[in-house]
Amino acid sequence: MSNKPISGPHVAATRRVDQIMRLVIIALAPATACGVLLFGWPALYLLAVTVLSAMAFEGLCLKMKGVAAMPYLRDGSAIVTGLLVAMTLPPWAPWWIGVVGSALAIVLGKHVYGGLGQNLFNPAMLARVALLISFPIEMTTWANVSPLLTGPGVIDSLAITFGGLENPDAVTGATTLGWVKTEFSQNRLLPGSLIEYSGLLAFLGWERGSLGETSSVLLLAGGIWLMRQGVIKWHIPVSLLLSIFVMSAVFHTWDSQHYMGPWVHLNSGAVMLVAFFIATDYVTSPNTPLGQVIFGAGCGLLIFVIRSWGGYPEGTGFAILLMNAVTPLIDHYIRPRIYGRYRNGKPLDISNT
Amino acid sequence: MNLSILFSEQYRKIARDGLWDNNVVLTQNLALCPLLAVTGTATNGLGMGLATMVVMVASNAAVSVSRHLIPSEIRIPIFVLLIAALVTLVDIFLNAWMHELHKVLGLFIPLIVTNCVILGRAEAFASKQPVMPSMWDGLMMGVGFTAAMVVLGAMREISSAGTLFANASVLLGESFRFLETTLIPEYKGFLLMALPPGGFIMLGFMVALKRLLDRKAAAKITEPTIIDTIVLEEGA
Repeated sequence: MSNKPISGPHVAATRRVDQIMRLVIIALAPATACGVLLFGWPALYLLAVTVLSAMAFEGLCLKMKGVAAMPYLRDGSAIVTGLLVAMTLPPWAPWWIGVVGSALAIVLGKHVYGGLGQNLFNPAMLARVALLISFPIEMTTWANVSPLLTGPGVIDSLAITFGGLENPDAVTGATTLGWVKTEFSQNRLLPGSLIEYSGLLAFLGWERGSLGETSSVLLLAGGIWLMRQGVIKWHIPVSLLLSIFVMSAVFHTWDSQHYMGPWVHLNSGAVMLVAFFIATDYVTSPNTPLGQVIFGAGCGLLIFVIRSWGGYPEGTGFAILLMNAVTPLIDHYIRPRIYGRYRNGKPLDISNT
Repeated sequence: MNLSILFSEQYRKIARDGLWDNNVVLTQNLALCPLLAVTGTATNGLGMGLATMVVMVASNAAVSVSRHLIPSEIRIPIFVLLIAALVTLVDIFLNAWMHELHKVLGLFIPLIVTNCVILGRAEAFASKQPVMPSMWDGLMMGVGFTAAMVVLGAMREISSAGTLFANASVLLGESFRFLETTLIPEYKGFLLMALPPGGFIMLGFMVALKRLLDRKAAAKITEPTIIDTIVLEEGA
């Protein structure tokens, strides 16, 4: 909090926080819009409630801290957090799930640690995991695809978001990952349980899932655009996706009855969202390229392990939090090389030049 | 015995230390293991706090009585043996007379032996002070600990189940059934708060609140002078 002048040299960042956040929001917009189109008005209401409450909690925390709220609110980081939380929620979840999620993300995930840039864990994933553990029923009730124009109308949707589902079984079902897991428990193996699975529809987003996670293609496009804009680098997304691909390919070839193929893995759940938008969070990922590769590969490995052998069908949230916890350790051992010294800190040997 | 001694400066300071200034949980951050493990409900917190308090008073008395006989080189093992003997008595007593509560608190009763605060008070206070102040210190530390346990348990219980003092009749007898209240009917239940992370989160809020109150109280006593302000800014 010190405003004392510090002597140079200074390096100016090319972008301010608000510019970065705006680019992230633009990159997330297509997948979010797709979620709203696929799941209708309830998804839009949930999105609005979550983002607005995230901003409200941000303002409240800043006020309690005794700093002016507007400059921080305007930088858009609270909007991005709220947006990411909403995108990981079941689209027809009740409104209070969004509010509690925002509170967990902003208050417990961010401001308890000291605000923007100080948090140890990714706020959105922290909120998602805490919600999943606390409200298992609401967080695993997945609405059928019911597009904006043919699904429930504006008024009926208000009842869904703010009043609760009347008859959940009629309009909901399981996600691909959840379905596979329950089928395993009934002793039905993969070729049978995935008989109706369409890789193309899942790639486009036409499947049950979280609000903003179903459309792999739009998330992929947004992520690649962010990379081209220079907001994120390739190391984390590529190593994350590659490690899932390699793990699932090896196990699928070895035993295709029990292990889903790489296509299903990469196309399901939150992998695309997490790879490009969550794992690449500047604050909670390592600083060096090598550290980022280790971080991404670790995330991918944990996602595969939890999905294949864990109790939960989807493990991305847990994987991210676990690797967030390891990030300080990675940064401790893998540091940037100091000018004029080897990596281990010894001076460069220049005797024979 | 002359009770007016309890209002002397020394005894008042001991009481203030145990209840607030040097509170086991909120300031020393000791005894976190039982704290986080059994405070799922206010009743369990109360039971664990009372058991610890009894052990602490007795162990402080025992250590203080024998403080001149214990060679300082091996004082810690002897303290532990004394505490272990007392805890065993409490454990057997609870198992016999409050069996339901004993089932709930289970492993954590024997673990009072390793509760660092009991050894801490024996080492820091009772081994250097006469019997009466030692017992008073054990009692006050125990009351402070119990209060923190009950408040934490109540906060977790309300947020996780919407009830308060559930099963109080098991601990305190049928006449205390009126304590059992349901604050929020048809509550969905914030399950996280019943799990260990909920204990950590709520404890964090409690410690923060205590520090906030302390800072407010300190600010009221000494209005900051110009020099203080400069030092503060330099430090920040």
